[in-house]
Amino acid sequence: MGVSPGRPVNTDFSSPDEAQLAAAICPVNAILAQGKSALVDPGKCVHCLRCRWGIPTPMNWDAGYEWARPSAGNGEGATFPASFSKSLHIMVVDAGDCGACLHEVKQLNNPLYNMHRLGFFFTATPRAADLLLVVGPVSENMRGALQKSWEAMPSTRRVMAVGSCAISGGVFGRSFMCAGGVGSVLPVNFEVPGNPPPPLAILHGLLMATGRKPATKSEPVAEGRS
Amino acid sequence: MGACSSSMEERGRTTLNDVAAAIEGRFGNDISRTPASHGCALTYSLTKPSSLPAVCRSLFWDCGCLLGGIIAEEQPGRWQMHYVFLLLLSGWIDVVLTLPIETTTVPSIVAEVHAADWHEREIEDLFGIRFENHPRLGDFVLHDQIWHEGIDPMRRNFSASPAQLGKQLDLEWQPLLVVGDPGSFAMPVGPVYTGGLGESLHFLLETVGEDVIRAIPRLFYNYRAVEKIAEGRTVPDALLLAERFAATSAFAHSLAFCQAVERIHSVEVSARAALLRVLFCELERLRQHVAAISAICDSTALAVPAAQTSIITEQLLRASGILAGHRYLFGLNVPGGLSRDFKTEECRKLLASADEAERELRVLEKRLRYSSSFLDRLEDVGVVKGANARDLNLVGPIGRASGQHCDLRKACPYSGYERLTFEVPCETEGDGYARLRILFAEAAQSVRLMHQAVDALEPGPVRIPCEGNHPGAALGWAEAPRGATLHWVSIDEKGLVERYHAITPSFNNWLGFFMAAENFAFQDFPIILATWGLSATECDR
Ligand code: SF4
Repeated sequence: MGVSPGRPVNTDFSSPDEAQLAAAICPVNAILAQGKSALVDPGKCVHCLRCRWGIPTPMNWDAGYEWARPSAGNGEGATFPASFSKSLHIMVVDAGDCGACLHEVKQLNNPLYNMHRLGFFFTATPRAADLLLVVGPVSENMRGALQKSWEAMPSTRRVMAVGSCAISGGVFGRSFMCAGGVGSVLPVNFEVPGNPPPPLAILHGLLMATGRKPATKSEPVAEGRS
Repeated sequence: MGACSSSMEERGRTTLNDVAAAIEGRFGNDISRTPASHGCALTYSLTKPSSLPAVCRSLFWDCGCLLGGIIAEEQPGRWQMHYVFLLLLSGWIDVVLTLPIETTTVPSIVAEVHAADWHEREIEDLFGIRFENHPRLGDFVLHDQIWHEGIDPMRRNFSASPAQLGKQLDLEWQPLLVVGDPGSFAMPVGPVYTGGLGESLHFLLETVGEDVIRAIPRLFYNYRAVEKIAEGRTVPDALLLAERFAATSAFAHSLAFCQAVERIHSVEVSARAALLRVLFCELERLRQHVAAISAICDSTALAVPAAQTSIITEQLLRASGILAGHRYLFGLNVPGGLSRDFKTEECRKLLASADEAERELRVLEKRLRYSSSFLDRLEDVGVVKGANARDLNLVGPIGRASGQHCDLRKACPYSGYERLTFEVPCETEGDGYARLRILFAEAAQSVRLMHQAVDALEPGPVRIPCEGNHPGAALGWAEAPRGATLHWVSIDEKGLVERYHAITPSFNNWLGFFMAAENFAFQDFPIILATWGLSATECDR
């Protein structure tokens, strides 16, 4: 309990009006109303909870955490070869993060998650890193350092965008100071939506990247109205 | 405790009338008192700009006020600058300087009030106003190797939309060195270091060999122009930004923002909402303090306590997730109260988690106090104290470990803190160990406050309407886990945000960090950093 905050998922309402209401309350246009259904784009959702507490009929809430997915552009066939499955070195770059995603990534080293047991290690040098894990919408002042980190990695490198800001820019969007997501700077292979995604969702992403969890775009299972 | 030379209560004996008499007596011809506004207790309008430094010196040094910050606002045809000071136990004092829009230079107050240094640098970098006689302007928020001079993003005519403004990365760019001795050299660290598990920031360690003489931090790698992109947004949309620029103190920042908006609308939240806000504020402080203690243990390679405290942190995150639906308490604060109500049994479950955390912390603290090898690494490390702490206007736990006895929950209460019983611990040594003790003591006080808040809950609404067209501006404030935060919000007649300025404890305290990082052994650097526990992203915004 509490390991995941859950997230809104596609919902069938009893009237189109309710679906419209849900779409209208979302501050980042993450909800699209289609007839009686409301469809969520998890990569945009900033977890403001307004579609849960702010409207009479709330969206369905998925209590799980298997949120990672291959990215639309460069996700295809990006899974690491089998030789990486027991030992993956990860370099984390904070590219304008608010501290939440970074804190959740840090929790993976916590004995409660203990990512070492799964063969995942953090490394401080890009030369020794297999996976570049990026949090934050990519601030202009960090763009250069992010690019340099990526260039210094061996060619087997993959990139994972963790958090809605890293995927879509989140509340910061695109501006003169923000790239609006890692995808506009580097080729992103995997995405872990969430604002922030809980540690288990990030772990799911790592397992998916190493082929130990299926890399399918699994539709989250709705747990009914809460 | 109680070791402070001058406690909040003692310093708070100076009253607003004393200050008014002193200021008006000395500067009667240069200033005029205007009706107190924007949430301040005393407002002056300055008629003679050249006396600004003297007025500020008088408030800061003679009257014993603390510096809140400087707020610059571009209004049609004029500049308005607010120099905000805090008189302990009495409230905020605002000195307003209004200048024609053509003005390009303003007198600097840095020679009088050192703590104003970064406030002026920030305004210079973002608005293009120059501060006369400021010792160091330039490369600050907009990094010089990327940005051309002459870009003033906070000006009204500057569009925040994406544009190719930056220059090609200037590889020749060199930071300014302070130490010029023969044989000295500079060791750059960051912005990506420690495997990226630290936030993005850069240090220039200037050394002549073994010992580091100075460590100059360079921040704003995480600058997302939050204040710029908030302009023109609706209040609920801007609230998302206030909550998300520094997630580890999201609740405190969103609270300060909401209180500013409530003040503009003259709305007072219900007693129930105020108490629930206290509950969440203290939960956030408890969690953040535990995380800070964990980082200190980690920096000394004390693996077991580091792991123990990281487990407590995670458990508090989970308790937050269960109660509030968000591990970092997003989505709770709204102008007018809270977005939803909570059952008392739910709150009691949270208290059970907090009690357990406190029990574990007490055991841990005792053990750490008897680990001499651990204490050796914290004592006399990263010291700032006495007059220096006062000079640099240090806030929060760092200030309180250095004899700066100030906490907005008492010094300028909000959300009903004046009706609750708690202590504000204070130490004077100003070293790593004093800061650790403060964190432990404050965590215990937070649990105490959480209990009081839940016990006092009475049925009632948690949200009062706070909408409609009320143009205006106001301050909102809160004691965030890292110290005082002050948010200025101004709203136009369409209900859109016109100016948003968040003065954060990390912004305040990073200025003083250099003083703690002088003449130290290289291996102590992570410890100094951890015991300061500052956030880059909270500073950068
Ligand atoms: S939680 Fe907020 S951001 Fe996410 S879909 Fe709902 S309304 Fe949109």
